[in-house]
Amino acid sequence: MSTTAILPTISKRRRRADMLARGTLGFFTAIALVPLGLIIYYLLSKGLGAWSWDFFTTDPTGSFLGTQGGIKSAILGTLEMVALATIIAVPIGIGVAIYLVEFGQTSRFAAIVRYFVDVMTGVPSIVFGLFIYTTLVVAGTGGSSFAGWKGSLALALLMLPVITRSGEVVLQLVPQSLREAALALGTPRWVVTMKVVVRTAIPGLVTGSLLAVARAMGETAPLLFTVAVVNGTTFNLNERMNSLPIQIFQDVGQANDQLVERAWGAALTLVVLILILTLVARLISRRSQFS
Amino acid sequence: MEASAIKARLTAPLGERSGRARAADPAFKWLLTGLAALILVLIAFFFFFLAGKAEPAFSKFGVLGFIFDNDWNVSKSIYGALPLLVGTLITSVLALVIGVPVAVATALFVTEMCPARFKSPLTVLIELLAAVPSVVYGLWGIFVLVPFLKEPSQWFADTFDFLPFVGGTVAGPNYFIAGLILAIMILPIVSAISREVMATVPTDHKEAALALGATRWEMIKTAVLPYSRRGITGAAMLGLGRAIGETIAVVLVIGNSPTIGKQIFDQGYSLAAVIANEFGEAANDPLHSSALIAAGLVLFVLTLVVNALARWVVTRAEKKNGKAFTGSTITAQTPIATVVSES
Repeated sequence: MSTTAILPTISKRRRRADMLARGTLGFFTAIALVPLGLIIYYLLSKGLGAWSWDFFTTDPTGSFLGTQGGIKSAILGTLEMVALATIIAVPIGIGVAIYLVEFGQTSRFAAIVRYFVDVMTGVPSIVFGLFIYTTLVVAGTGGSSFAGWKGSLALALLMLPVITRSGEVVLQLVPQSLREAALALGTPRWVVTMKVVVRTAIPGLVTGSLLAVARAMGETAPLLFTVAVVNGTTFNLNERMNSLPIQIFQDVGQANDQLVERAWGAALTLVVLILILTLVARLISRRSQFS
Repeated sequence: MEASAIKARLTAPLGERSGRARAADPAFKWLLTGLAALILVLIAFFFFFLAGKAEPAFSKFGVLGFIFDNDWNVSKSIYGALPLLVGTLITSVLALVIGVPVAVATALFVTEMCPARFKSPLTVLIELLAAVPSVVYGLWGIFVLVPFLKEPSQWFADTFDFLPFVGGTVAGPNYFIAGLILAIMILPIVSAISREVMATVPTDHKEAALALGATRWEMIKTAVLPYSRRGITGAAMLGLGRAIGETIAVVLVIGNSPTIGKQIFDQGYSLAAVIANEFGEAANDPLHSSALIAAGLVLFVLTLVVNALARWVVTRAEKKNGKAFTGSTITAQTPIATVVSES
């Protein structure tokens, strides 16, 4: 065969450039993984040392010296506030997504709504916190200044655009033929939407919502302005509450090794909670037939 | 059933719905439309409310004076936000300079070079970076990165002090550390979007380049990069938007001194950081809290402009290429990466 003879061989210079470029890409990829490795290493090595039964079952005492206590109130506070935020954000977020896909479609109004949902995605979380602070905290709405439900509202504002955008994508994947079949049987539009479209898209909607929850769970800035911080566990959402991110933020600023160790332990707890949510979200999306 | 009965049933007119059943549909539609309208009302309210609260600071110092005066002095009640704005810009630009090349290289590696079975594990690993909350980045930054980088930075500052903005004494927390942490934080989203854009490069183009005898790198250079350039630009700008708004990680590692540093290893401050730090003491000082809200508004507008530009760039790229990645892809179809990293 003479084909090999016709093609000139790749010159040494080009071959070297190729090797160099490939090497650089591989090297940069390795660099990208270094911080992840380091963060995981430090979280485990410093965080696991702080973990103990007492760590999870006692509230922080607030004292600088002596026994400083654990992070029970922080874990419970985070779970309570994020749960309330989810209850607020998921119905509204999915509702707007349904509007955009089923009713608004390409109309002008829908385009504007879509644009502003995008705008909301880009708003820094601290601005949401500032907004809730100036409207609800300063005014003392509900007879409280800083309160858990105000933090939940700030988190809900943050989750809303994420749920809507991912919901929109998932709803669009529902085959048009399913809608048409249901409508042809004489089913009212709202029944088609709720019982056919939404039900088909449920796994995707759950995934999007869970990811939004995971995102909200790690947020510090909006809570700083809206919930403040307290040591004890409370189930009253109209009071100041503790939360994992704020607890970590507080402990980091202390010149006390034991408090810093508690911060590492709390950080590991927070990351584990977020990873569990992300993992569940991924498993659900893998099982669904769409997306 | 007899044939005639079946025929009668089939040809009978469809039953009319009762009035109540007919009202349900429009009601459902208007309910959802109302929810959508709520978003618009919320954002408008949001903007005007904050603007109203920021008014005292703006009217005392003037809008331009507030933004461009280099003097933030709480004890003298003088609020000129230039040091904060400069700090925000320096750290965000550093984040882009460090983060974008790494993110793009990673995306190229995953789409063009990596063996198929390593693709998804590698993607998952990079997306894991997005699952780490910003306060944890801050914690890691201040206790690991700051002490670890102190000496190398000093060495760098001494050796390369002929470069602009390099030289002098390295402060513990500084712009560079903040920029580095931000670079790590924007890496997953920039990488995810770049990867998605690169996946839309037509296989024809790539195969044509290879068939003409191009090496893999030449193929990347002539087929992949030109095609995805705009998309990557958009991705970088969305990353910039993130970096500008990031608060807690920056508060912990920027040093919180309201002056403009002379070099990248100096302490500084950022818009978001000043709000987080000072709002507590500002509660009883109307001018101070108004100044902080004004800083928040500047931050809001800044991210708004950057994000709008990013979207515009990406939409134009989409029109030019005529397919696949859309503005919505960026926020919606990459939820795993974007969602968690949008802090």
